[in-house]
Amino acid sequence: MTNTHLKLAGLAKSYGTFIAVEEFSLDIAQGEFIAIMGPSGCGKTTSLRMLAGLETADRGEITLAGNRIDQLPVWERETPMVWQSLALFPFMTVRENVEFGLKMRGVAGPERRRRADDWLERLGITTYADRNVARLSGGQRQRVALARSLVLEPKVLLLDEPLSALDAHMAIKMQGELKKLQRELGITFVYVTHSHSEAFSLADRVVIMNAGRVEQIGSPQDIFLRPRSKFVAQFVGGISLLEGKVSGSEGSKRFLDTRDGKVRLSHSSGLAEGAAADLAVRADRISVTVEPGWGENEIACTLVSEEFAGAVVNLHLATASGHSLVAQLQQRDLEQLDASIGARVYASWHSDDGFLLESAQQSEPGPKVRAA
Amino acid sequence: MPPHLKHALPKAFWVAGLALVFLLLYAPILSAVLFSFSADRFPSLSMSGFSTKWYAQVLTDRAMLEALSNSLTVAGITALIATALGFAAAYADYRFRFFGQKAVLALALLPPTVPLVILGLAMLAFFSRIGIAGTLAAVVAAHVVIAAPFAMAVCRLRLAQLDETLETAAQNLGALPHSALARIVLPHTLPAILAAFLITFAVSFDEYVISWFTGGLNQTIPVAVLTTLQGQVDPTIHVIGTLSFSVTLTLVLIALAVVLRQSGGAMSKEETS
Repeated sequence: MTNTHLKLAGLAKSYGTFIAVEEFSLDIAQGEFIAIMGPSGCGKTTSLRMLAGLETADRGEITLAGNRIDQLPVWERETPMVWQSLALFPFMTVRENVEFGLKMRGVAGPERRRRADDWLERLGITTYADRNVARLSGGQRQRVALARSLVLEPKVLLLDEPLSALDAHMAIKMQGELKKLQRELGITFVYVTHSHSEAFSLADRVVIMNAGRVEQIGSPQDIFLRPRSKFVAQFVGGISLLEGKVSGSEGSKRFLDTRDGKVRLSHSSGLAEGAAADLAVRADRISVTVEPGWGENEIACTLVSEEFAGAVVNLHLATASGHSLVAQLQQRDLEQLDASIGARVYASWHSDDGFLLESAQQSEPGPKVRAA
Repeated sequence: MPPHLKHALPKAFWVAGLALVFLLLYAPILSAVLFSFSADRFPSLSMSGFSTKWYAQVLTDRAMLEALSNSLTVAGITALIATALGFAAAYADYRFRFFGQKAVLALALLPPTVPLVILGLAMLAFFSRIGIAGTLAAVVAAHVVIAAPFAMAVCRLRLAQLDETLETAAQNLGALPHSALARIVLPHTLPAILAAFLITFAVSFDEYVISWFTGGLNQTIPVAVLTTLQGQVDPTIHVIGTLSFSVTLTLVLIALAVVLRQSGGAMSKEETS
């Protein structure tokens, strides 16, 4: 990226023998919306806390707009955070909460009040200005937390699972508002979450972390359609994996030998002949039929279970060698599929829809030593 | 009431039992209050009449008034120092994680469990060596040792209810550590600090053994009372007992009210959110 604005280079953090973050590097452009996602204990929250200065990195550097900030104490960083618990000051009114940061910077009374009131109005909470924060609803409290940070006009806003305290309906509403606000303000958001839907719908780029390492950085589409590792594929979900070995090619197509037979792929990958690899196919690209002979790649399976998910249905299949596959069908397609649980069916897909993941490294979900 | 919580004995039995326990606890104190108003020289239930003459006698007794003044001075200074130390220790335990934290906490809470006679003797030996034995300063120093753990315990309870992220959030918004402490932690802990002050005041005001060992000729109220008692049974004892009990009870009740009102208020706030 050419206009790097916030640069995290080689951050690492351990607690005793537990490695929270092994290596974290990321270049963030001005105005970018970055989501950091991963299972509990993957190091996403620790990374954010290092950025805010709440944890001291063992190694690495952080620069914001060209200035190194990792040596600065928390109160000099100018990286306000929206906390998971919101951390509103309970014995203060809404306005006092919003004015707090300005007061700490020595902004004079009338000016402080004017700026705080601007933000109260912008976020639609002017009515509650003189109310104690304890007497607000979840959504209102959320807005106070945002106003309290944004009133400082920061270059970067950090958000640590900010919507996790809200009910599902409110969370979706706030997602939309957050995205709109970020676009209008044009400031950088670094957003930590364990929610796929939040990360994918909000972020320009998503960082997937596992066991203290970055697994993949990319646009939501990239990560969704082209997970680079087995871990990311499993974490994103809805992807079937088949273990095998790369075995030869035929024109532009390559082959993968699996225990359930040979399958074709149109994507060439750098993997050498004989390398162990996993084939990944998205659930919505797999067709299920009762008769064989429909697809380019086809594996005989047993229908294990059906999982109703609204407009679509997930069919869980088992191959003869014990691999499990997931196929996502539309309701009306299912109605035409004359198969009951335990029946023999055929899973097929186009060779364009399969891609290889290197299975050299064993990526298991993060360690359970410490919650993120 | 669910059947398994129902006892075979009737409710009246339990009420009577509870009443008996409280009677045994408070009867001696009540008797002191009663006899302090008796017109007789010796306490007996066949009182010849009520009188406030013993009160008049106490309030004009030079030695007693001096003891009272000593007690108030010692208790006031002790409460100030013990509360400051207690809060500081509680805050350190709340805010920081360090090696040997549990051991430090145990040591800090230990003094009230040491027998007072041992503590008093040890203090006397130590104070003699550094040349302050027999002064009110010695009594204050010794009282701080036994009172500070109470202040710490009270402050810890209150701090435990404070979301740790609040102070960090204040710093994240640009507050220097001391100003985050002053603006976030202190306002939250203030009721406990007040309660700690009153309780440590009461602890010092009532303490006899250590005051006797370390105070020398500077008598506090409990020491003066015991000294008076050694010669004869004097009805003014009941007066002093009543007055001391009233002071202590008032302090503890205010402390309780402050602490309970605060936690009650916090609870009702959570309900509305």
